[in-house]
Amino acid sequence: MQTLRRLAPQIVTLLAVCLLVTLFFPGFLDISMSGGRLVGPVIDILKRSAPVALLAIGMTLVIATRGIDLSVGTVIAICGAVAAWAIAGGMGLWAAVALAIGAGLLAGLWNGVLVAVIGIQPIVATLILMTAGRGIAQLITEGRILTFTDPGFAWFGSGTLFGMPVPAVIWIVTGVVMAQLMRRTALGLLVEAIGINRRASALAGVNALVLLIAVYMASGLCAALAGIITAADIRGADANNAGLWLELDAILAVVIGGNSLLGGRFSIAAALLGALIIQTIDTGILLAGFPSEYNLVIKAGLVVIILVLQSPRLATEWYFWRRSVREGPPPATTKEHAR
Amino acid sequence: MNPRLLPLYATIAIFLVACVICYIQFPYMLSTRVLGNLLTDNAYLGIVAVGMTVVILSGGIDLSVGSVIAFSGVFIAVMLRDTGLPAPVVFVLLLIVTTAFGAAMGGLIHGLAMPPFIVTLAGMFLARGAAYMLTIDSVPIDDPFYEMLRKAYYLMPGKGRLTLIGVVMLLSFAVGMVIAHRTRFGASVYALGGGENTARLMGVQVGRTTVGIYAFSGFMAGLSGIVFSVYTGSGYPLATVGTELTAIAAVVIGGTLLTGGSGFVFGTFIGVMTMGLIQTYIVFDGTLSSWWTKIVIGGLLLLFIVLQKGLLRLTSARFSGGLA
Repeated sequence: MQTLRRLAPQIVTLLAVCLLVTLFFPGFLDISMSGGRLVGPVIDILKRSAPVALLAIGMTLVIATRGIDLSVGTVIAICGAVAAWAIAGGMGLWAAVALAIGAGLLAGLWNGVLVAVIGIQPIVATLILMTAGRGIAQLITEGRILTFTDPGFAWFGSGTLFGMPVPAVIWIVTGVVMAQLMRRTALGLLVEAIGINRRASALAGVNALVLLIAVYMASGLCAALAGIITAADIRGADANNAGLWLELDAILAVVIGGNSLLGGRFSIAAALLGALIIQTIDTGILLAGFPSEYNLVIKAGLVVIILVLQSPRLATEWYFWRRSVREGPPPATTKEHAR
Repeated sequence: MNPRLLPLYATIAIFLVACVICYIQFPYMLSTRVLGNLLTDNAYLGIVAVGMTVVILSGGIDLSVGSVIAFSGVFIAVMLRDTGLPAPVVFVLLLIVTTAFGAAMGGLIHGLAMPPFIVTLAGMFLARGAAYMLTIDSVPIDDPFYEMLRKAYYLMPGKGRLTLIGVVMLLSFAVGMVIAHRTRFGASVYALGGGENTARLMGVQVGRTTVGIYAFSGFMAGLSGIVFSVYTGSGYPLATVGTELTAIAAVVIGGTLLTGGSGFVFGTFIGVMTMGLIQTYIVFDGTLSSWWTKIVIGGLLLLFIVLQKGLLRLTSARFSGGLA
């Protein structure tokens, strides 16, 4: 019940966006079975939101510790390049997956050490990898777009599992596992404690150093999964364009999910709903027949509306306004006695 | 010695070392021709970095500038193509638009008490989207006034060309230095970077200063857009993607603290020149691939941030030592 109340704004927004798209494109909610797989715009949205949704999972945790991870888009490029390099080198499917995930964890470790041990601001620390990372990815692919034809690896991008596209399955499973890991154990609470006040949490016995590094590594892991999906989807690694600006979409998804950039309480489910909202808008604009040029402007308008709704200053004023309406304007001194 | 000056000295020292390395390997690199090209090629980056320096000094960040540059180019190209307005009038219109855009973002940041990161991210989407809505093609600019601007240069001794846009960049840095270090507004910017509450207690008008800071950044981004359109001779909505991060990197390499409150506009100039020099070196070398630029710049970023961290620890240790 409490979870539902927390997620209500995001669910309402998602439903409203779906309704809006259905008005312009009546066939939006159609789902049919074709050749053992589900097809339809909704399934397409579930599949296409995979990279942003995966990034949003890791980003939620990082933002909950009052950090930010700008490097995830680049990590996608690096992991995609590593995977494609391994596949093209004939190392086999699982070696490629393992290497890509290893690269993601390594990138997360790097960010985590810079933030937790050296104590650099997260935005700057991850900016380093964001700048240098594309160069590293290009170093791996030697500046070309590495392509491969391994059907096993391509399954991660275009295969189906129980009728669902594999990317959708991957992000949903990752989201559920991560959310359970955070909420069934004390981990989520500890992460929130770091985000609210790192020093106080350290004094209370939370091992902030290890947890911070672990959170950034989780973000790297999610980016690695997204990188594998992206590379498998196009059957190649594009060091220049893979995951370009996805970090911004992921941050947006987290913010739409109602998570504060100032750290503290977080909800992975809400961030995932945010990612779905973004992808529904993107797909909906195309389905509704608007030129895709409108996409960014509509997105910007949406962000501003959400910002206004979430603004701490407006929230306080709204609170006082409602209270004054409810209680009428009695003199301030008697109000204290009335309670 | 003033510890606040140390990052600036470090920046200058690294730039000089880089120059010496370049000179030893390629003696021709220290010619006025290379210098002229360095100024011309990095003119738009330098101009936008001036605005970014002021924003970062105030403890903020402006992610919208790359999109604003692209919007400016498209706006100019479409206006010149579709209306009969002369180029200078279009320039003035554009600068009004981008300054108002920046001011609006500043107003939102102050009015909603939201982090600049997210507000300017929305601005980034909006400006890029507006550019797309004007056109999705690359629009060439063929205007006689533009030809004149592009061909305007002063021949330095040694046949180096000091182009008009290079001069515009140098002037922007001069103006930026005066504004940041010699005006009341500049003092307010530094105070804001030190902490909003202390700044308010000092009597800084926080709202007005915030709006002014982002309006200045918007103006500089518009000016940079004009320079970029002169440089490329066209307007293209996909141009200058990621310039905001290059500008931020230049500011950090220039020794400005990303937390705000400490740094120099002149340092940013050296930062831009250092990044340009790395690129020129890679072009001169010929065997190194262009992606090494990114890796080296990333390495330099790391070096400077760790250096600043060390300096901060040093100064804070000194202060606490003084108190004890």
